Amino acid sequence: MAVQTVASTTDSAIANAVDLGPAAALSCRECGHRVPLGPVFACEECFGPLEIAYDFSAHDTEELRKRIEAGPANIWRYAPLLPVPADVATKPNLNPGWTKLVQADNLARELGVTGGLYIKDDSGNPTHSFKDRVVAQALEAARAFGFTTLSCSSTGNLAGAVGAAAARAGFRSCVFIPHDLEQGKVVMAAVYGGELVGIEGNYDDVNRFCSELIGDPAGEGWGFVNVNLRPYYAEGSKTLAYEICEQLGWRLPDQLVIPIASGSQLTKIDKGLRELIGLGLVEDKPYRIFGAQAEGCSPVSTAYKAGHDVVRPQKPDTIAKSLAIGNPADGPYVLDIARRTGGAVEDVTDGQIVDAIKLLARTEGIFAETAGGVTVGVTKKLLESGALDPSLTTVVLNTGDGLKTLDAVAGTGLSATIRPSLESFREAGLV
Amino acid sequence: MSVTVRIPTILRTYTGGQAEVSAEGATLSEVISDLEKNHTGIAARVLDDQGRLRRFVNVYVNDDDVRFEQGLETATPDGAGVSIIPAVAGG
Repeated sequence: MAVQTVASTTDSAIANAVDLGPAAALSCRECGHRVPLGPVFACEECFGPLEIAYDFSAHDTEELRKRIEAGPANIWRYAPLLPVPADVATKPNLNPGWTKLVQADNLARELGVTGGLYIKDDSGNPTHSFKDRVVAQALEAARAFGFTTLSCSSTGNLAGAVGAAAARAGFRSCVFIPHDLEQGKVVMAAVYGGELVGIEGNYDDVNRFCSELIGDPAGEGWGFVNVNLRPYYAEGSKTLAYEICEQLGWRLPDQLVIPIASGSQLTKIDKGLRELIGLGLVEDKPYRIFGAQAEGCSPVSTAYKAGHDVVRPQKPDTIAKSLAIGNPADGPYVLDIARRTGGAVEDVTDGQIVDAIKLLARTEGIFAETAGGVTVGVTKKLLESGALDPSLTTVVLNTGDGLKTLDAVAGTGLSATIRPSLESFREAGLV
Repeated sequence: MSVTVRIPTILRTYTGGQAEVSAEGATLSEVISDLEKNHTGIAARVLDDQGRLRRFVNVYVNDDDVRFEQGLETATPDGAGVSIIPAVAGG
């Protein structure tokens, strides 16, 4: 399989003013129109999403493998495959990644999986969600383009990641969130000292506001990580694919279960897997990608089940707020990938999300945020329906820490309250 | 019906750099036709070959996403604000 993002010969005519390593140009995913690297995100021809086109032609497979394995224990071990300068590891950044791939044997037994079940636990990142990966990329792009303020629209996790990265790198930050987010996420975003603004509305309203702000003098000179820096930001999710394969001994998993908010993460994990195949770092064999949503915000799952290739927006109503994007930008591409790879898109109720959070905690000692409850819940549902093959190697993503969404499991608490005596302990019936 | 249309950065080459322009029309479809009269080429950026809103364009009339309303037939009352926004942001 060819690496579809390798730069074409016409890129020699595209002059980039910045050095972002192997990144050669921006290319429209819809119509293929190419422009030089810059802080732009939508195609001027068709409004399609711009993404990075690379020139990987200089890589020798075995040398690249050795270089990666000798690299730092963070995402910069994959710098030769990312839109960052070669000396990126020397610059102030949060240096996320290389999180644990947990072999979940207890959960596998409970669910009847025999082919190997793994949790990619991204709660281990600096601000306890996968967002540190994408922000680290956006920060390097912001530096290259001369921005001094970092901003974003956020469902919570991103706000914290941007605040922390800005603090580390000496940027100003001003981030926008829905006004009614979980308190844990609000505190985690505010503590880094940047500006945190609540918008009266849902995430899609916040996103619309940021998209308008970017075209206004008030937002001039700002690097919005998931708007005008989105092509660079999104590439950070490829590192999940790289790490999973390297941690499996440079093997592709057979099946992956990935949460869907905007759908960007899922599409970039697929891109990362295809790059590894194209570079010869893993064997070229089929893999299946499954998307997971909450029933209360399931525009992609609904479209998948209806056989549509267009995603109709929804008004979100779910406890999985980090996935509550009713108008997912990459939804159509998620549908394409699920169908191309023989996967599926499924959703679970809020009750099933809570049960799945507790199941993962009870079996593997991993406390996932609600998005992790969604992926584990969907994994269970897909195994029960037969869509997931229990005899194959399966990787399930947990993208955030349960401490951020304590409200979701608020009913969980003390087994008993007793006097400080052995008699009282026995009376409580715990022995 | 006269409305104000907010133009995204990538379409401002058609409006001489203006971020806001006026347009006439009782529906979004009529507003886009009127925009095309005064800013030739802009309609083809917003609509596809079949005359539908492109997949990656969001349009709001006041605060309402027209995909939740009547699409191109959404009414545009006098004085309304119309926003054209690239849909690929966020996440």
